[in-house]
Amino acid sequence: MAVVASFICGLIFGAGLLISGMTDPQKVLGFLDLFGAWDATLAFVMAGAVAVAAAGFAVARGRAAPVLATKFSWPDRRDIDTPLVAGSVLFGIGWGLVGICPGPALVNLAGLSLPIIVFVVAMILGMIGYELWRRRPVAAHAIEAPAIPSRADG
Amino acid sequence: MHNLTPLSGLLGGALIGLGAAALMLLTGRLAGVSGILGGLLRAAPSDRDWRIAFVAGLIAAPLIAALFGAPLPRPVMTSSLAIVAIGGLLVGFGSRMGNGCTSGHGVCGFARLSARSIAATMIFMLTAFATVAIVRHGFGG
Repeated sequence: MAVVASFICGLIFGAGLLISGMTDPQKVLGFLDLFGAWDATLAFVMAGAVAVAAAGFAVARGRAAPVLATKFSWPDRRDIDTPLVAGSVLFGIGWGLVGICPGPALVNLAGLSLPIIVFVVAMILGMIGYELWRRRPVAAHAIEAPAIPSRADG
Repeated sequence: MHNLTPLSGLLGGALIGLGAAALMLLTGRLAGVSGILGGLLRAAPSDRDWRIAFVAGLIAAPLIAALFGAPLPRPVMTSSLAIVAIGGLLVGFGSRMGNGCTSGHGVCGFARLSARSIAATMIFMLTAFATVAIVRHGFGG
């Protein structure tokens, strides 16, 4: 049931992106272009989305558990660390270059246009790249760690 | 403001918020698209189905709209395919490093009044404003 609910939520979310115009990168770039013919629509989209999400989250906070699952997975981190800042800068550059972020990219995938396919493939490669980059220092540490007792033993 | 469409923006935004609220209320999950998609790369098998279902819902939305006569989304992209690819790489890498994108930090983070998410949103918004200013108007470059 939770999987069906998740599909329907994705459907509603995707419909919202389509109706709002945010699947059109020119509309997003129109908002990001402060020095051009500025299009404020994205601010209205954010206002509508945040208001409804906040109301729904307030209802969720009042419940012991979600309707179809055992627990709420609220984000628990509060720190503003270097990866948050650096990652957001990189994301902002990519978003500003093309005018597409992950949600609209996936909705647009249905049209199978070449630039969107290129964007989604590159985005997934970027995500895989981050996973590899993130795991590298951990792997090096894991190899180094057992070497200390063996050195002591030797 | 030639192209301002505030009503469809508000209505579409409300639906985005409804999708995010319903996902939390029903399944206890946060509707951050980069986290849902990128999380597939490290999720346990039992944690995969809901992610695939949400992504499938996003892709299915325009397909269902097409059944009622709406055109499939084939947006006009003004930049070259090389720039599109670089943008995609940065969006993918950056959203995972920063733990979220416009949906997770922007919509859900503001709705939760999370200082961390509001900071992330301010940073990627300002960076995107600067990027567009440089690309379109040549400022600072």
